[in-house]
Amino acid sequence: MLKPENKIFKNLYNDFGWEIDKAIERNDWKDTKNIISKGRDWIINEVKTSELRGRGGAGFSTGLKWSFAPKEVGSRPHYLVINADESEPGTCKDRDILRFEPQKLIEGCLIAGYAVNAHICYIYIRGEYLNEGKILQEAIDQAYKKNFLGKNACGSGWDFDIYLHYGAGAYICGEETALLESIEGNKGQPRLKPPFPALVGLYGCPTIVNNVETIAVVPTILRRGGKWFASLGRPKNTGTKIFCISGNVNNPCNVEEEMGISLKELIEKHAGGVIGGWENLQAVIPGGSSMPLLSKKICDTITMDFDSLIENKSGLGTAGIVVINKDQDIVACMARIARFYKHESCGQCTPCREGAGWMWRILDRVVKRKATFGDIDLLSDVTKQIEGHTICAFGEGSAWPVQGLLRHFRKEVESRCREEPLIKKKLNNPYLVDQHLLENKNA
Amino acid sequence: MSLKKVHDVQPKDFKFSNENLKKADEILKRYPNKNKKSAVMPFLYLAQRQNNNWIPLAAMKYIANLLSMPYIAVYEVATFYTMYNLAPVGKYFVQVCTTTPCLIRGANKIVNLCKEKISPNENEISKNGNCSWVEVECLGACVSAPMIQINDDYYEDLDEKNTKEILDSLIKDKPLKPGSYRGRKNTAPEKQNVNGENHA
Repeated sequence: MLKPENKIFKNLYNDFGWEIDKAIERNDWKDTKNIISKGRDWIINEVKTSELRGRGGAGFSTGLKWSFAPKEVGSRPHYLVINADESEPGTCKDRDILRFEPQKLIEGCLIAGYAVNAHICYIYIRGEYLNEGKILQEAIDQAYKKNFLGKNACGSGWDFDIYLHYGAGAYICGEETALLESIEGNKGQPRLKPPFPALVGLYGCPTIVNNVETIAVVPTILRRGGKWFASLGRPKNTGTKIFCISGNVNNPCNVEEEMGISLKELIEKHAGGVIGGWENLQAVIPGGSSMPLLSKKICDTITMDFDSLIENKSGLGTAGIVVINKDQDIVACMARIARFYKHESCGQCTPCREGAGWMWRILDRVVKRKATFGDIDLLSDVTKQIEGHTICAFGEGSAWPVQGLLRHFRKEVESRCREEPLIKKKLNNPYLVDQHLLENKNA
Repeated sequence: MSLKKVHDVQPKDFKFSNENLKKADEILKRYPNKNKKSAVMPFLYLAQRQNNNWIPLAAMKYIANLLSMPYIAVYEVATFYTMYNLAPVGKYFVQVCTTTPCLIRGANKIVNLCKEKISPNENEISKNGNCSWVEVECLGACVSAPMIQINDDYYEDLDEKNTKEILDSLIKDKPLKPGSYRGRKNTAPEKQNVNGENHA
C-alpha cells in the first residue's frame, strides 16, 4: 500500500483547497527555477530514469516521447498540447486533477514546455468539464499574477503561455491527432501516422501531446528524483497511479495507489469491496471501456500494472476500473459499450464506422435472445475485420471489449442464442438498417 | 457520429452582441494570426450561449464570415460535435449519462423518470416549456454514478428519490444545488456505507 509521504496528489478530494497559496504550501512551484536551470537534457534524462509511462492509455515512455522533439527550433515553433479530453467510460481521474490540483499541471506544463522547446501550450479540455475549466483558468490567472507564467516564467528566462481550448463532446478527440485537428478548427478525425505529431503536429509544427496526469506528476518526479519514482511499483511499471473504481462496489472512489497493487486489495481496501462480497464478482473492466474485461478467476490474482494486464490479454489503459457483479447482465453491459463506440466513431474509416454499429446490433440481438449461433462467429469475425484496419486505435478500442466478452463469457452468450430456424421467420431485425434510426422518428 | 437534425424554423439574422464581440477578440489572440480558423469552436459556443442554448444556421454563416472560412466548414464542425445544439432545448437541459458505469448503478431508472416528468421522448420540450432531456455518452464522473448534467452543472450520486426531487425543482423553475446527493466529499471513498444498498 502507498505510504502517505509518497502520495503525489495530496489534494485529490479537495481537503486542503486548490488555490495557488494552498498549493505552494503543498510544495508546488518549489525550486522550479532551479529545476529548469539544470537544462533540457537533465530533465529528459531524469524523466527517463523514472521510467514514467504515459497515463492516457497507451503507456508510452514519456521521456522517450519528449526526446523525439527536434533539439533545435527551426523555422517552425514548437507546441505543447495537454490532453484533458477525458471521455473513456470508467475514467474520471483528470477531472480531479483539473479542479483540485491545477498548479501541479501548470507547473508540469512549464517544465515540459521548456524541455521540448515550446513557448505555447494548449490544454484541450472536454466541453462538459466547464466548471473544471473555470477553476483551471482561474488557477492559470493566479499563476500569471505570481509571474510563474508569461514572460520570463518563474524567473527561468523562458517565456511560456498556456491557453485553454474546449472540446465539444467528441470522444475521438482524445486521440492525439484528432485532438490537433480539433484545435485547428476542423472536425475531429484522426490523421495518418507517420508523420508523428512530434515532427508534424499542430499547424504543421513539432508538437508533443501528453495526458494531464502524466504532466502533473513530472514536477514531483524532478523534485524528488527519478530514482524515487522508479523505486515505487515494479520495473518498467513504476510510480503511482490514480485508479477510478466505479460500478458495483460499496464505496466507488478515486484513489492514488502504487502501480502493481493487486486488484483485490484495491477494491477491498479502498472501494469497500464488491456489492454482495468478492464471491459475487462477475467481471472487471480494468482500464476504461476499451480494455477487454477480466473474468473473476483472473481478478483473484491480477496486479494492476501495464505488463501484467497485457499478459492477461487486457491492458491498464486509463486505470478506470469498472466492477460488474453477478446481479448484472454482462452481455447488456458490453452491448452498451458497443453502442457507445457506435455513437462515437468519427466515421472516417469504413471498418470502424460500419463495424461498430454491426457489433452493437448483434449484441443487442443476443441481449433480446433473438440471435442465432451463427451470429457469434459473425460477431467474432467483425471484431477481427475492424482490428488493425483503421487509422487510429479506436478500431481496436471498440473491437477488444467484444473479443474479451467472447473469450471469457462465450458460454453465457451461447446460452442466449438459438439454432437458425429451418424456415427463416421474419425476425424484423434488418442487418443493414441502423436500428437507432428506426427507433428514432426524428432522425 | 451523432444523429442531429437542424431545426425547421430558423431566424433570418444573427450577430454577436457587443459583449460577445469583445470576447471573440480575446479568443482570437490565443491562436496564431494565420490560424484564425481555430477559433471556430469557441465562437460556436459563444453563439450558442447568446441564442438560448442552440445554434441557428445564420450564426454559422456569420461565424464563417468572421473567420473567412467556407460556411460548409463551420457547418461540418457544428454537426460533428454533440455539444452544439442545432435545435431549441429547454431552459433546463438535462443530459443523462447512460454509459455502462452509470447503467450498472441504475441510469435506466433516471431515464424513465425523465420520460415521466419531462417528456416521453428525448429532445422534446416539456409541457410547461422549460425543460428537455437527452441521453448522452459518458460524462466523465463514473465514480459518482449515476449522474446527470443540467446545463453546466453535474448532479452526482443520484437515486430515484432525489432525481424526482431534482426534476420537480426544475419544472418549478427553482433548481436544486449541484454536487453529490449522498453528501460525500467529491470523489473520496465513504467510510460508513457497508451494506451497499443505498444506490439507485
